[in-house]
Amino acid sequence: MDIQRRPQYNQQVMSKEVLDFFSDIHAARKSHPALAAFSEKAIHDFRCLGIPPVKHEEWKYTHVSKLFRNDLLCHAGTPKLSPSDIDPYRLPGHDTASELVFVNGVYDQTLSILRHREEDVEILPLWKAAEGPHAEFISKNLGHSASYHPDGINALNGAFASDGVFIMAKKGKSIVQPVYIYHVADSRNGFVFLQPRVLVHVEAAAQLQIAEQYISLGGNESFTNEVFELVAGQDAVVDYYKIQDEGRLANHVGTTHIRQTGKCLTNAVTITLSGALIRNNLNMIMEAEHGESHLYGLYLLNDRTHADNHTIVDNMQPHCFSNELYKGVMDDESEGVFNGKIFVRKDAQKTNAYQTNKNILVGAKSSAYTKPQLEIFADDVKCSHGCTIGQLDDEALFYLRARGISEKNAKSLLLHAFAVDILKNIKPEPLRRHVDRLISNRLEFNF
Amino acid sequence: MLRIRNLHASIDDKQILRGINLEIKAGEVHAIMGPNGSGKSTLASVLAGRSNFEVTEGSVEFMGNDLLELSPEDRAREGMFLAFQYPVEIPGVSTTNFIKAAVNETRKYRGHEHLDAVAFLKMMKEKMKLVQIDQSLLSRSLNEGFSGGEKKRNEIFQMAMLEPRLAILDETDSGLDIDALRIVANGVNQTRNKDNAFLLVTHYQRLLDYIVPDHVHVLYKGRIVKSGTRELALELEEKGYDFIKAEFESAEQA
Repeated sequence: MDIQRRPQYNQQVMSKEVLDFFSDIHAARKSHPALAAFSEKAIHDFRCLGIPPVKHEEWKYTHVSKLFRNDLLCHAGTPKLSPSDIDPYRLPGHDTASELVFVNGVYDQTLSILRHREEDVEILPLWKAAEGPHAEFISKNLGHSASYHPDGINALNGAFASDGVFIMAKKGKSIVQPVYIYHVADSRNGFVFLQPRVLVHVEAAAQLQIAEQYISLGGNESFTNEVFELVAGQDAVVDYYKIQDEGRLANHVGTTHIRQTGKCLTNAVTITLSGALIRNNLNMIMEAEHGESHLYGLYLLNDRTHADNHTIVDNMQPHCFSNELYKGVMDDESEGVFNGKIFVRKDAQKTNAYQTNKNILVGAKSSAYTKPQLEIFADDVKCSHGCTIGQLDDEALFYLRARGISEKNAKSLLLHAFAVDILKNIKPEPLRRHVDRLISNRLEFNF
Repeated sequence: MLRIRNLHASIDDKQILRGINLEIKAGEVHAIMGPNGSGKSTLASVLAGRSNFEVTEGSVEFMGNDLLELSPEDRAREGMFLAFQYPVEIPGVSTTNFIKAAVNETRKYRGHEHLDAVAFLKMMKEKMKLVQIDQSLLSRSLNEGFSGGEKKRNEIFQMAMLEPRLAILDETDSGLDIDALRIVANGVNQTRNKDNAFLLVTHYQRLLDYIVPDHVHVLYKGRIVKSGTRELALELEEKGYDFIKAEFESAEQA
């Protein structure tokens, strides 16, 4: 079976200038020795594999190649920020959370505040973890996502792995306080690209909540190319939240790659509210029997935002359960894309895998593309998928208006109800209320 | 309160109402009866402002305003209420929040103060007794998974909360068992007073055993072909609609 394909993009989309530009920056940043071999291979792969062309099936709605143009070959560098630059964007409950700050893709130890006890959660720069006691874990697990995304975009991030962070939740620890990761794109001096890298190890029977949020400073374009990899052990419980409410000029390609190496529970909620061109890859790799995972997504788009959610649930062993629900609302000229792959491998009998994608088009010039993709090689499984693209229900609108509720409020009441379905899966209450507020503000929902 | 003159309405170029004339005064209860397809529900929909119907001729005056010029929400705020024949299920919107929004938007329109949470709750408790509706039903999503009877009771509960000047009940009795019918009728009778009015759209006479109308009209082929008192409803029950049809057809031919 050929799940982990390795296509090479023969059509070279990038110019030599673009290739050299990134190679030069990579060379100038000088990878730490412990990760030098990894990042050398990565920059080599980047040059060989290239960027997916417009015609590529996986990227046909999301033309990422336009972010690798010659005229965007500048990099504003990594500025020094102070904590007060971050303050307006801190997530609720931050005073008990560990707050990790990346500035233009580089993990910033001085801005980050580690509030967990070291015996519960260990947080280190990735290079430091790689030269210390975690060397073996890192050499085995760093870059696992590349087998699912054999492209130059994933590889390019690897070239800057030295700037990343390593997080480890210790065996048997139920960690109540979350880890917050803030990705700051400071474009005040011009176009910036960010290559943040995160590697997380949730050991056996540990519980961890992680939320990532993206912050734009400055009015220029930015491009974040993130790779987040997480390995969950036996009986671990992981809750992962990704909150995208960046500036109008923020582009984003992010891969969240979650592996279940033992029977465990992993949940992911992705909320996308604004940005320019956005591509989220979310992979749930279920490598052990009896694993359970939940994937939720809400994309509430307006203006000209393009948001593309590509998910993979790879069932490799029997008796796994996964449930996936993505909902989208497209206003103005925005575009929403959903592609959900479910693989059920030959040995993965008794798999239960469910997938639903629902879209509402509000804007007259908005659009939605949805594609469920099931590849099943076992014969005793339960899999289902369904997708809808529609408009607000006229009869429901009339019902609300016939009770004296204005058309505008009736619409926001219905859209909020549609979105709330996803919100209830954000478990920490302060975070859920925060996202609800963002959504309510967007919908001008005030009841 | 309501004056309908020569009202014609169509849907998808199909003429349904062909000249309705009707006047309803404060304190009155009118019943509109008629066979299936006569235009009863269309009349209710046109009055409430459902957009898929097109008014091709005639006028409707409500509380001194040109009703047909008003949006559905403004009709409601002016005091018109339609109890839906098929109340819509809306997942994710709690019944309580929905009614609170409706009550307060209406109050705002009429220049009344916003009802605070305590006052709203007190009002809700009172009206809940009226239609014997349970709190648990109101904390659920609007009509979601409600039985037919629960949906209809919820309509009457909303009516009680919004205190309309004119309530139109579109076949609220259909599909109700006798207990539910009694509860619905009781809700209407308790809210009935000299300042408001009701228009009961129904196929059967049995609702009129519980809500006694002042006037009964028979609708056939988009026109009111006969008007009378409660006795007309009883006559219809006894003879069926065929005698009306026969009467009407022979009058047409003559």
